[in-house]
Amino acid sequence: MIPTNYYVILSAILFGLGVFAFIFRRNIITIFMSIELMLNAVNLAFVAFSQALGKLDGQVFVLFVIVVAAAEAAVGLGIIILIARNRQTLNVERVDLLKL
Amino acid sequence: MISLLSANAELIITIVKIALLLFIVLTVNAYLTWFERKVVAHMQSRWGPHRVGPHGLLQPLADGVKFLFKEDPTPAGVDKFVYYLAPLLALSLALTSIAIIPFGPEPLHLFGHDIYLGIAPLNLNIGILALFAITALGVYGVALAGWSSNSKYPLLGGLRSSAQMVSYELALTMSVVGVLLMAGSFNLRDIINAQASHPERGLLGWNVWPQILGFFCFFTAAVAETNRVPFDLPEAESELVAGFHTEYASFKFAMFFIAEYTSMITVSCLCTIMFFGGWLSPFPASWTFTHYVPSLILIPAGLWVIWDGLRYETVFGRMVLPGVGSVITLLGALFVALPDVNNFIQGPFWLLSKILGFLFVYVWMRGTLPRFRYDQLMAFGWKLLLPVSIVNVIITSFVILMWGKK
Amino acid sequence: MTAQLVVFFALAALAVIGAVSLILQKHPIHSALSLIVVMVALAGLYLLMGAEFVAAVQIIVYGGAIMVLFVFVIMLLNAGVEEHTSISKMAGIPGLLLVVALAGFVAATIAKSGASVQAATQTGMLSSTKGISEMVFKDFVYPFELTSFLILVAILGATVLAQREKS
Repeated sequence: MIPTNYYVILSAILFGLGVFAFIFRRNIITIFMSIELMLNAVNLAFVAFSQALGKLDGQVFVLFVIVVAAAEAAVGLGIIILIARNRQTLNVERVDLLKL
Repeated sequence: MISLLSANAELIITIVKIALLLFIVLTVNAYLTWFERKVVAHMQSRWGPHRVGPHGLLQPLADGVKFLFKEDPTPAGVDKFVYYLAPLLALSLALTSIAIIPFGPEPLHLFGHDIYLGIAPLNLNIGILALFAITALGVYGVALAGWSSNSKYPLLGGLRSSAQMVSYELALTMSVVGVLLMAGSFNLRDIINAQASHPERGLLGWNVWPQILGFFCFFTAAVAETNRVPFDLPEAESELVAGFHTEYASFKFAMFFIAEYTSMITVSCLCTIMFFGGWLSPFPASWTFTHYVPSLILIPAGLWVIWDGLRYETVFGRMVLPGVGSVITLLGALFVALPDVNNFIQGPFWLLSKILGFLFVYVWMRGTLPRFRYDQLMAFGWKLLLPVSIVNVIITSFVILMWGKK
Repeated sequence: MTAQLVVFFALAALAVIGAVSLILQKHPIHSALSLIVVMVALAGLYLLMGAEFVAAVQIIVYGGAIMVLFVFVIMLLNAGVEEHTSISKMAGIPGLLLVVALAGFVAATIAKSGASVQAATQTGMLSSTKGISEMVFKDFVYPFELTSFLILVAILGATVLAQREKS
């Protein structure tokens, strides 16, 4: 069997890569995708601990995280479409002022 | 060498099963195209392909050779990685879904191992959910193909087709929930065994009678998922050139083609397993003389093929058709002679004949029905099919709560 | 090296390669495809841990619905190759240091923590689907209803946001 800390270290690595993608990329859609990567890394940690403790609470929480991520993706992508329509750009550095 | 084989016996058995199943599925695909062309042609009062082999039976072979030798141009300005990935994705996902389907109840006893028909393990507790997962990923093949072709019509066709697939996925999954409530498990073998719980009912114990609403929802949603008539506007030839696979030539187009027909076969398998009893015979279990029905069907069919072949017009047909007919007759005679083989073959025979029935219904709809307009299609999926499948779930759960599992 | 360990390392490597590819690819659609690879690899890891229902839900909802939404938006907005200005190039090196520090901190915490977390191997869990459904509908029924309300709000919000202005 695989020790739990292998999974948690993998989750930490993925979370760190998600944070780095959030800082480094400039396209707003890619930034949003890095948020999803961070949420996935956290899900992995939840399931790993649920396995280690022998209870199913972690997996139930993962279901809720997935549902909330779906709702967030829907609304967030709607906002992104509006920004793209109004500012004609997807580069985050060009939308840093409230008024054009 | 023998010890190496026997140590990894499970792995080798699985690899052999996968290779065999792939070969069978691809051959069935090829002859499904022949079947479709012949049946649609006869519905339109003409002959289908009848020159290439006896009764056009070598037409799929000729089509395959044509696909291999055709020029394969890549349009300028495409995104190369995604352009090559899309047909590969569609084909591999379609072929993966065949691995989950169980083909028979009894195992073969070879070399001291019990070999069950079907690649998935017996206790795959999320059988049907895994099939839906693979169907959900199948949207990417279409969407990416449409986008990467760098052209207007494929992009529109790809977007419309993937929107259609995503919409009908909801109705597809909801219409199955009634069956799952009655069976109590996601495992496909358990679903069939739940329908066998009253073996004296035979035909009447199948899930289609209590779940008739769910069956119609499922079948309609499945036809829409596989982009077949009457829901094939995104790839119809007169509407959008050829939809998302316009810019794909010979071999890549063949991959999309095979993916579509394989998903047709998968959906037919699912319909029979969930609603029509899978490998259960329609006769009650006490009528053991019905175990000879496979032979009763195969022997006259083989004799008819021999008789037809002896009178065929070409010399090649006069040689090949009697040969094929005699193989079929010998198979039927074998089942009568060996009762062990007969017991083993009962399950797969009924499963395959029901699948063939569903494939015929698919082809029948293609020859008969006109297609939906796109807004009618989306309105049908969201405003009619999804509420009806939800109503089915509510009714089923109410009945189970009041009267226990019927 | 048991077979399970080999499968774990293969899936973990696939997930990390997908995440690195998300960072390094220039076109957003390639980043989206890399994220799908990460999600499928994670679903494989969930299967390895015995959480089969969560694995199936991950592929159906995350990989088959949310990422399809991303891919649609990228196609509709015709997102092209993004440019890197001087600010983002400046953020590269400090960001890398920050991330290494973060991951290192978590790993060190785990390594120092008690033997229970470090060496805890997985206990088998039977019938995760049945167990999860019992918990969702008995202990967690209020959060479940609230999330369904949340999805309704999200649907309405997305519909309102994406409408064209009536001019």
